[in-house]
Amino acid sequence: MTAATGTVVEVEGLRVEFRTRAGWARAVDDVGFRLTEGRTMAVLGESGSGKSATARAMLGVLPRHQSRVSAGSIRVAGRDVLAMTEAARRDVRGAEMAMVFQDALSALNPVLPVGYQVAEGARRHLRLGRREARERAVDMLALVGIPDPARRAGDYPHQFSGGMRQRVMIAMALAADPEVLVADEPTTALDVTIQAQILDLLRGLQEERSMALLLITHDMGVVAQAADDITVMYAGRVVEQGPADAVLADPAHPYTRALLLSVPRPEHKGRALPVIPGSPPDISALPTGCAFSPRCPLAAHECTAPPPLVEVAPGHLSACHLSVPSGVGGHHG
Amino acid sequence: MLLFVVRRVLGMVPLVLGATFVIFAAVYALPGDPIRAIAGPTAEISPATRAALTEEYHLDEPLLVQYWYYLTGVLRGDLGVDLRGVPVYDLVEAAWPVSLLLGLTAWALMAVVGVGLGTVAAMRRGGAFDWAVLGLTTVIVGVPYFVVAYVLQIVVGVQLGWLPSSGIREGWPTSYVLPAACLALFGLPELSRLTRASIIENRQADFVDTATAKGLAPRVILVRHILRTSLVPVVSVLGLALGFLMSGAILVEGIFNVPGLGFTLFNGIRQQNGPVVVGISTLMVFIFLAINLLVDIVCGLLDPRISLVRDG
Amino acid sequence: MSGTAEAALAPSAGLAGPPPAPGPLRLRRPLLSLRVLLPAGVVLLILVVAALPAAFAGWFGHGDPRECDLGSSRDGPRAGHPFGFDIQGCDLYANVVYGARPSVFIGLAVTLGSVLIAIVLGCAAAYYGRWVDATISRTMDIFFGFPVLVGQVVVLNSIASRNAAVVAGVLVLFVWPYTTRLMRSAALSTVEQGYVKAARGLGAGSWRTISRHVLPNSAGPVAAVVGLSVGGMITLESALTFLGVGLRQPTISWGVQLNTAQSAFRTDPHLLLFPSLFLTVTVLAFVLLGDALRDVFDPRLR
Repeated sequence: MTAATGTVVEVEGLRVEFRTRAGWARAVDDVGFRLTEGRTMAVLGESGSGKSATARAMLGVLPRHQSRVSAGSIRVAGRDVLAMTEAARRDVRGAEMAMVFQDALSALNPVLPVGYQVAEGARRHLRLGRREARERAVDMLALVGIPDPARRAGDYPHQFSGGMRQRVMIAMALAADPEVLVADEPTTALDVTIQAQILDLLRGLQEERSMALLLITHDMGVVAQAADDITVMYAGRVVEQGPADAVLADPAHPYTRALLLSVPRPEHKGRALPVIPGSPPDISALPTGCAFSPRCPLAAHECTAPPPLVEVAPGHLSACHLSVPSGVGGHHG
Repeated sequence: MLLFVVRRVLGMVPLVLGATFVIFAAVYALPGDPIRAIAGPTAEISPATRAALTEEYHLDEPLLVQYWYYLTGVLRGDLGVDLRGVPVYDLVEAAWPVSLLLGLTAWALMAVVGVGLGTVAAMRRGGAFDWAVLGLTTVIVGVPYFVVAYVLQIVVGVQLGWLPSSGIREGWPTSYVLPAACLALFGLPELSRLTRASIIENRQADFVDTATAKGLAPRVILVRHILRTSLVPVVSVLGLALGFLMSGAILVEGIFNVPGLGFTLFNGIRQQNGPVVVGISTLMVFIFLAINLLVDIVCGLLDPRISLVRDG
Repeated sequence: MSGTAEAALAPSAGLAGPPPAPGPLRLRRPLLSLRVLLPAGVVLLILVVAALPAAFAGWFGHGDPRECDLGSSRDGPRAGHPFGFDIQGCDLYANVVYGARPSVFIGLAVTLGSVLIAIVLGCAAAYYGRWVDATISRTMDIFFGFPVLVGQVVVLNSIASRNAAVVAGVLVLFVWPYTTRLMRSAALSTVEQGYVKAARGLGAGSWRTISRHVLPNSAGPVAAVVGLSVGGMITLESALTFLGVGLRQPTISWGVQLNTAQSAFRTDPHLLLFPSLFLTVTVLAFVLLGDALRDVFDPRLR
C-alpha cells in the first residue's frame, strides 16, 4: 500500500515541548507518519491535540523561545531536517516543503503586494530575476484560479476576499515547486462552499504535481472529502493511523469511534447528539497511561499504563489496550 | 490615491477655519479688553491710541466681520504689526530659515537615534541594553527639559567649552548641535519606545512565520518584513513629532538664543508684544496643519490599508 | 516641556505601550509590589506636602516663604536654610515646599477634567455615532491643529489675572481632545461588541448601557495613561509658567521659581537646581506610578 519508494517525508518519534508555568510540557509526543507522493494525509484532532505543533515543527516555525523539538526525526527525501544546520534547513523550506497557514489575512504581509509575496520564495529558491519572478507569480495566481492575475498581483492582501486570499497563500506555497505541501487548517476560516472549492483546488494541484499533501484539520467533513490516509491525534500522541477507508469504516480506537459518532446525521433527527464527555486534557498535567482514559467509555484497569501502538489490520494502527492486533487469535474483554 | 489626497486637503479647510477662529476668539472675544490683549497687559493706552487701534482692528464691528478681516488678512500674509511698528511678517521672514534648519537637524537626530535605540532594544529584548534604554527613556521623560537645556548649556557650552552655548555665529552644524540635541531629547523616549513596541509586536506576527516557512534568511525577514511593517506607525509619529518640535523650539531657541520663530515668540511673550504672539502662533498653527496633512499622505502611501479602504 | 507632556498627549503607542485592549480591568500582576509601592509612596508624600506645606516648611528654620530679607538675596545654603535664598532673600526651601501645591493641583485638576470630558464625549461619540460623532471629532481635530504649547500661549497671554484655576482651565481646554480620542476609540471597539448590542436589544436605556457596559470596558486605555498625564500636565504648566504665560508672582510655584531663576542661573545655580529637583522627582513619581499600575492591569510588553 504505502510503498517505501513513494515516500517523500518520514516523521519518526517526534517530540515537541512547550514551556509552561510548570516546566516543559509535551505538546507532541512520539508522533510518526509517512507522506507519500500523490497521497493526502489528514491529521485529525481537537484543539490542543498537537497537530498544529507537528506541522510547525516540520517547517521550523514553532515559537522561538517557548518551544523546542526535543526528540525524533523528520526525513525529507531521506535527509533528517532536524539534524541539519539552520542554513541547510532554509534551503529545504519553501523549495522541498511548503506550508499554507490557516488565517490568510494575518499570514500575509499587509504592506507588500501579493505578487511580490508569491514571487519571494521563487526568487530565493529558483534564483529567478525580478521579471521572471513576477511572471511566475502571475502564473501561480492563474493556476490557483485568481481572475485577472496580472492586475491583481499588484494588489494588497486586504483587497481580496477570504477564499481568494487562501488561494493566494496556496500560490505562494507552490511558487518554488515543493514536493510536500503542509496545510494547517486551510479551510477553517472559510465558509462551506468556499471550503469545498479550496479542497478541490488542492486535490487538483496535488495530482498535477504529484505532491504529497499533509492536511491538518479538526473537521470530519474535510477528512471524509479529501483524505487518503488519516492520523488521529489526541493529547499530543497518535491514537490511530491508517488508510482513510479503513479508519472511517472501521475505527479501532474509542476516540475515533466517538468522533465519528458525534457527527450529526439526518437519520438521527430527533435524537440527542452523542458527545464525548469531559474536555481535552491540559498537556502540562497529563494522566499516566492512556490520555483518553478519563473520557473513554471502555476504560479498563490496564488503561493506567501507556497504550502501545498495535497493528489491527495491514497498515492500520491503533493505540489502545483493547485493540486486537491482527493475526492474534483471542481477544481481551 | 489622488482621491485620497484631495479628500484630505479638503478636510483641512474646516480645520483651518476652526483653529484660526479659536485664536481669534481667544484674543478678541474673551471678556476683557481686546485692546488690552493687543497692547499687552501693562502698556499705556491713551484715548487716541485706543481710537486708532479700534479703527485699525475693526473693533466696533460685529464679531464675525472682525473674524473675516482677521482671516483674510492672515491669508494675505498680513500677520499684524507689532507694538514697535514692525510688521510681524518681516520678523517671520528672517526667522523661519533658522527654525527650519534647527528643526530638521533635531528631527534627523531624533529619528536616527530614536529608531536605532528602539530597534536594538527590541532585537535584544530583555537584555541589559533593553533595560538601559527603557530606564533612560523613563528618566528623560521626567526631567523638565528646559532644565536639561540649561544644564547642557552650562556644562557643555560654558564649562567644557566644547560647543557654543548661544547664538548661531558659528553656523551649521557647530552652533546647532547643542540646541538640536536638546530638542531631539524631547521626542526621543516616545520614538524609541514606539519602535521597540512595534518591532516586538511584529516579530511575533503570523506573516513572519510565513516568511520563515518560505526559507528566507533571517536578515531578509528582519528588514523586508519586520522593519517594513513596524516602521509604519513610527513614521506617523515621526511626522507628528515635527510638529511637536515646533513647540519645543519656543523654549530651546529662547534658551540658546537661536533667532528662529520660537525665539521671536519667546521674546514676544517676554516683552508683552501681543501682535507678535498672535501672529506667530497663527503661523505655527498653519505650519502644523500642513505638516499633519503631509504626514497623512505619506502614511497613506506607506500603508496601503489606509489609502485603499474603498477597494476590494 | 519634555517628552512627558507629548507622550501623555499622544500615547498611540510608545511611552504608554500599545493601546491596551479594551476589556474589564483585571489584576494581572500583584498590586503590592515594590514597583508600585515605591512611586506610590513618593506620590503620597508629595500629595501630603502639597496639601499641608506648613507642616514641612518649618523643618529647618523659620518656614515662612514670605519672610524675606533683601540682604540675604541669592545667598547659598547655610544653617537653618538648607537651600539658600532666592533673589528676594526669601528662604528657598520654604518656597520650594510651598511650590508643590499649585503644580500638583494643576496636574491633578487638568487630568481629572480631561478624563471627565473624555468619558462624556468619548462615550457619546462612540455610542450615538453619526452626527454626534462627527461634531465631536471635527471639534477635536480643530484643537489637534494646535501644536501643544502654542494654543495655551495665545489664550493665556490674553488673560490678565492667571491663578491656578484659570491656568488649569486653559490647559484642559487644549488637552481634552487627546484623552477623548483615546476614550472614543476604545469605546468604539466596545460598542461593536455583542453584549452592548444585546443590551440595547433588550431595551436598556442609553444611560444604563453606557455606564454599565461601554464605560467599564473602555476605561483601560485611559486609565493606563493617567499617571503619565498627571506628570505631563505638571511639566506643561511649569513650561508655560517658565515662559511667562502661566502662573505669576506672587503665586509661589516651581514654575515661577524657575522663571525668576533664568537670569541668575550662571552665578547662582542653586536657584534653578532645587526647584528643578523637586519638579523632576514629582513628575517621575507620577509617571512611574502610572507605568507600574498599567503593568499591573495589562502587561502587554514585559
